[in-house]
Amino acid sequence: MTPVEIRDVVLNILDEIAPDDDLTDIKDDVAFRDQLEMDSMDFLDIVMELRKRYRIQIPEEDYPQLASMESTVTYLEPLLKDTAKV
Amino acid sequence: MYDTIIIGAGMSGLAAGIRLAHYNQRVCVLERHYTIGGLNSFYRLRGRDYDVGLHALTNFTPKGTRKGPLARLLRQLRFRWDEFKLAPQIESAIAFPDVRLRFGNEIELLISEVERAFPHQRDEFQRLLSKIVEYDDLDQDLYEQSTREILRETITDPLLTEMILCPLMWYGNARQNDMDFGQFCIMFRSIFLEGLARPLAGVRLILKNLVRRFRGLGGELKLRSGVREIHVEDGRATGVTLESGEDLSGRQVLSSAGWVETMRLCGEPSPVANQAAGRMSFVESISVLNCQPQEIGHNQTIVFYNDSDTFHWQQPATTCDLRTGVICSPNNFDYVEPDVKSKLPDGVMRITSIANFDRWSEMDEEDYQLQKLQWYDRAVASAVRFCADFRGHVIETDMFTPKTITRFTSHDNGAVYGAPNKRLDGRTHLKNLFICGTDQGFVGIVGAILSGISMANQHLLGEE
Repeated sequence: MTPVEIRDVVLNILDEIAPDDDLTDIKDDVAFRDQLEMDSMDFLDIVMELRKRYRIQIPEEDYPQLASMESTVTYLEPLLKDTAKV
Repeated sequence: MYDTIIIGAGMSGLAAGIRLAHYNQRVCVLERHYTIGGLNSFYRLRGRDYDVGLHALTNFTPKGTRKGPLARLLRQLRFRWDEFKLAPQIESAIAFPDVRLRFGNEIELLISEVERAFPHQRDEFQRLLSKIVEYDDLDQDLYEQSTREILRETITDPLLTEMILCPLMWYGNARQNDMDFGQFCIMFRSIFLEGLARPLAGVRLILKNLVRRFRGLGGELKLRSGVREIHVEDGRATGVTLESGEDLSGRQVLSSAGWVETMRLCGEPSPVANQAAGRMSFVESISVLNCQPQEIGHNQTIVFYNDSDTFHWQQPATTCDLRTGVICSPNNFDYVEPDVKSKLPDGVMRITSIANFDRWSEMDEEDYQLQKLQWYDRAVASAVRFCADFRGHVIETDMFTPKTITRFTSHDNGAVYGAPNKRLDGRTHLKNLFICGTDQGFVGIVGAILSGISMANQHLLGEE
């Protein structure tokens, strides 16, 4: 997957978790926590969804890397570079 | 072989089931009764729909709110806010002999009412509010502190203390007389800082959403499937035997049957079982009216009443205790649904009173029917001291008792809010058996759903 595709995947996961939120003008460099008021349960869900869809394991110490869209895409890029988008 | 077997198809069990099935677990939810819902269930009688259990959903926050329990559960279960079709309350009240405090879904109304009726308690009430906002949910020691002691240090007028305790104990206190401070804070937030709401179609709409989602994810739901025994081998639960004799095996088990009840299913000796189970049970006297309650001057959603300056929260020695009660009219929510009729077909008044489980369960059938009629009349007579007298408009009645509650929940003593001692971490003596629901700690519809979600997340979603 390319960074753009990875961004799409993350956006899709966020949309599924928070169907009431408008994600069209999400700012990639601002923490999800501040834009969407996500809590630790929601972060766990992003991790679980990635595991479910792409069988990737994200160790707990890496969770801070998922703070914003930008950092998430950067973090996932090497993990998903050989995986096709579903 | 199931990944997880869940005992009980109430709000907590179904919510846990959704979480686990969403993440590809093979899940089976087992329900003893012929219908779903447990305490928050519903039934149909002589052509009319009735709710059992709760009058309203607490913890209501408006659409767009991202914080708080309701927003969290919607995200965790992937529902849109609109799918629960929640209509907020109109206005409620706490009614004592000489004082009435109104409250709504905005805390400002209650604050101004306290200032009006108790001008000398203005600062004290603000101090109490700060304590509640600052309370940390996860601190077990703080959770178990005595609410009455903390209120004595904060509020100096005992009448105000009783008036604050009345609705909060009514809507979620398993303990007699006093209340855990943690539970008090949770209830205060859920009722006064968040608020009350109800779908026009009642609790069944929420349950049907949960079941549809659970089944859509491949979850199995078995009704009329009471569990007779939980199998235990080498400190692990390995499965269950149903009352039919059928065996099911599972990698892990989550039980909403109650703490004492679950221990009994494991074959644990529990000589103190009866004390450990809760004691607070209710009767509810339901009246169907030939008009909407507002037409006879009853505009309030819920009225919590008490007929003296002291509020008594304990199991009565007699069949019922009618000194205090809750009057709820499901008509009095702010239903706004475009294109459909946005009011209930009949006017309904539900009166809840405290009851003694043992008295109700030892009656023979004839006596039981007779007592229901007698206590209906007395309960309504007690309630109309605090609301419009609707007795001339009644066209149909029903009553549910602690026996009915036991039939729906299978909980000992018909205990509506479960055991007084909560198990906040949900753990048991077996490493793969956990509990959820009222005995884990959260009550109410939102509380029960969050209990199922959090137990699933904390204990059951990991890799084997």
